[in-house]
Amino acid sequence: MNMNYTAEELAFRDEVRSFLEQKLPADIAAKVKRGRRMSRADHERWQQILSKQGWYATHWPEEYGGVKWSAVQKHIWDEESCRYGAPRSIPFGVNMVAPVIIKFGSEEQKQQYLPRILSGEDWWCQGYSEPGAGSDLASLKTRAVREGDHYVVNGQKTWTTLGQHANMIFCLVRTNTEVKAQEGISFLLIDMETPGVTVRPIITLDGEHEVNEVFFDNVKVPVENLVGEEDKGWTYAKYLLTYERTGLAGIGASKAALSHLKGIASRQKKNGRPLIEDPSFAQRVAQVEIDLMAAAISNLRIIASVEGGGVPGAESSMLKVRGTEIRQAITDLARRALGPYAQPFVEEELNLDYEGDFLSDQDGAPLSAQYFNMRKLSIFGGSNEIQKNIVTKMILGL
Amino acid sequence: MDFRLNEEQQMLQDTVARLVRGEYEFEKRLKYSESELGFSEDFWKQLGELGLCAVPFPEELGGFGGSGVDVQSVMTELGRGLCLEPYMQTVILGGGIISQAGSDSQKEDWLGRIATGELKVAVGLQEPQSHYNLNDVETRAKKSGDGYTLNGRKGVLIGGHAAGLIIVSARTSGDSRDADGLSLFAIDPEAAGVDRRTYPTMDGAKGCDVFLKDVKVGADALIGTEGKAGDVIQYQAGRAMAALCAEAVGAMEESIKLTLEYLKTRKQFGVPIGKFQVLQHRMVDMSSELEQARSASILAASVANDEASDERTRTLAAAKNIIGRAGQHISEQAIQLHGGIGMTWEYSLAHYAKRLIMINHQLGDDDHHLEAYAGLLQAS
Repeated sequence: MNMNYTAEELAFRDEVRSFLEQKLPADIAAKVKRGRRMSRADHERWQQILSKQGWYATHWPEEYGGVKWSAVQKHIWDEESCRYGAPRSIPFGVNMVAPVIIKFGSEEQKQQYLPRILSGEDWWCQGYSEPGAGSDLASLKTRAVREGDHYVVNGQKTWTTLGQHANMIFCLVRTNTEVKAQEGISFLLIDMETPGVTVRPIITLDGEHEVNEVFFDNVKVPVENLVGEEDKGWTYAKYLLTYERTGLAGIGASKAALSHLKGIASRQKKNGRPLIEDPSFAQRVAQVEIDLMAAAISNLRIIASVEGGGVPGAESSMLKVRGTEIRQAITDLARRALGPYAQPFVEEELNLDYEGDFLSDQDGAPLSAQYFNMRKLSIFGGSNEIQKNIVTKMILGL
Repeated sequence: MDFRLNEEQQMLQDTVARLVRGEYEFEKRLKYSESELGFSEDFWKQLGELGLCAVPFPEELGGFGGSGVDVQSVMTELGRGLCLEPYMQTVILGGGIISQAGSDSQKEDWLGRIATGELKVAVGLQEPQSHYNLNDVETRAKKSGDGYTLNGRKGVLIGGHAAGLIIVSARTSGDSRDADGLSLFAIDPEAAGVDRRTYPTMDGAKGCDVFLKDVKVGADALIGTEGKAGDVIQYQAGRAMAALCAEAVGAMEESIKLTLEYLKTRKQFGVPIGKFQVLQHRMVDMSSELEQARSASILAASVANDEASDERTRTLAAAKNIIGRAGQHISEQAIQLHGGIGMTWEYSLAHYAKRLIMINHQLGDDDHHLEAYAGLLQAS
């Protein structure tokens, strides 16, 4: 057994660190680290920097402009970029639809879409969930009926993350109602500018506009926008979900959040002393740090097995459950650290250029909202209940 | 033994429940919350007209002489409606302080106006450094001439932006965190040197921090005995904690009702999701937490107006600890069982969750009260 990085891996880490030190814009890093709101321009700016470095498409083969990183290298990148406060890449284009196009798409689709994803010309969003089809994705109802060289799409998608910025959406649609639920589904690429597409915001409990409903009313989609074969979309969807689920444990993000929490708890006072020195609060922080330590090793064990040619299976489901619980526990503690000042919601303090006095901690304003926002971690990407069902079947054989 | 409400208490609860049902459907609540005032002035007036703002005051002061259980009846229904009006701050905390420690003329001046809904009060007991320790007071009141000069800052006065009277704790002697040396003062929010920074709160209400800079008040602004307010503060905070427990129970009952309905109607994999055993067991756990919370609220109400004692303090700390934990458990599970829907602004469930979590940040969270309880543990 050897838990240490090799010399090459250490050299790679140094390379990553010096890149982040030199190229990550300080204002963007500050926003990420301090829980402030990111703009669309912030994401785009960082994507350009990554693209220029050739480090944007970490899941792609080199021939399409990807970078061939090992599982350990991807892990190092994730860990370091979280530590430095780099924004997470918006995954829908680069990490979700692109691998599907690369594996199942036509040559024309590869030519058309992949360069535009790399350059940031297209902003993709995901059209999977529907009001009646959440965890039970196969029960989706959005219909696509072929009429000549077009599909005519009718229906509704929901929980479409950042759909308000997107110009392209990849959708699961029902093309056949005569067969078993999973068999009549197709994978369509739809231009959001097409007449009949409407995006309506869903405001979440913390007041944010992050997700949307997308309506399709007789939307004409050219047949060349079908990925792979008609009615075989379920296979592609499952392939995509394996990409979505890796990294959902968010170990790197939890480490960064824990260090942020410690900073806040060092500034907050209880009985005249820093809260971090308070025995009961310190114990709570210690407990989550211990849990995170073990989860980080579990994460490395999965990475090592992938590196050795294995396929991450139900272990990543377990890790998603534990990892999201840990992340939620950290946001719970951060909110608790503020004491009575967890109650105010001072929106102007969310702006990085706010110059007034802070009501409480300089980074306090987003903490309660983040606690509520992070409830989503155990719901999306396959709810934690669904992950447990996967473990039940795949590992326990029940 | 009989845990049922008596006829009068039942009538009281029904009165509030009817009023809340009529005036506080969820869409209206959102509008009140978004308004500049942050609550419904009209609803507040009705509370006053119906005598509900006089419930806990002694009969000789024009009140109903209401017990802890009477207050519990009112607060549970206000919690069910997610009502935003400063009832707890004004009637329970403000009114309680004045009733207990005020001079005859202070009672005459203020209690009558509180009872009719004419006067709203906010009470500032905590400060930026105090966390939940109400003895951790750095605001100073110095004797000057016949009165006092106040300097300092009081934190998170819910409803303070709309209050006609602000009561603050200030140190007239002693060091930070001494129980001795605290005094209570009535401040006119419009007086020179008083500055309010108003903000919305996470649960849809409004509050403010109050900055006091060389604020001059007369001797008649002192409530109770100089330097001896520590006991009054602790006692009235205990009554307010009992009120918050009751409010939380109302919010928990609604959260559970909504979640149960959802489990019965939402279909996945061809069946209502309530058919899945794992969700059934979660629902059972939530309901058990609610039962614990109900008991805690009854306990708190039963001792709220007792004479001060370690036993009363222990009981109230225990109740607030249980309510804090149950509130968080029920909120988190209710959101999880609803999936994405539970995360949305336009559905009431998320707002119940936010209120329940924020109740844990008022007058001490579950950790704080666990420590308080542990500090008073009796060797048997």
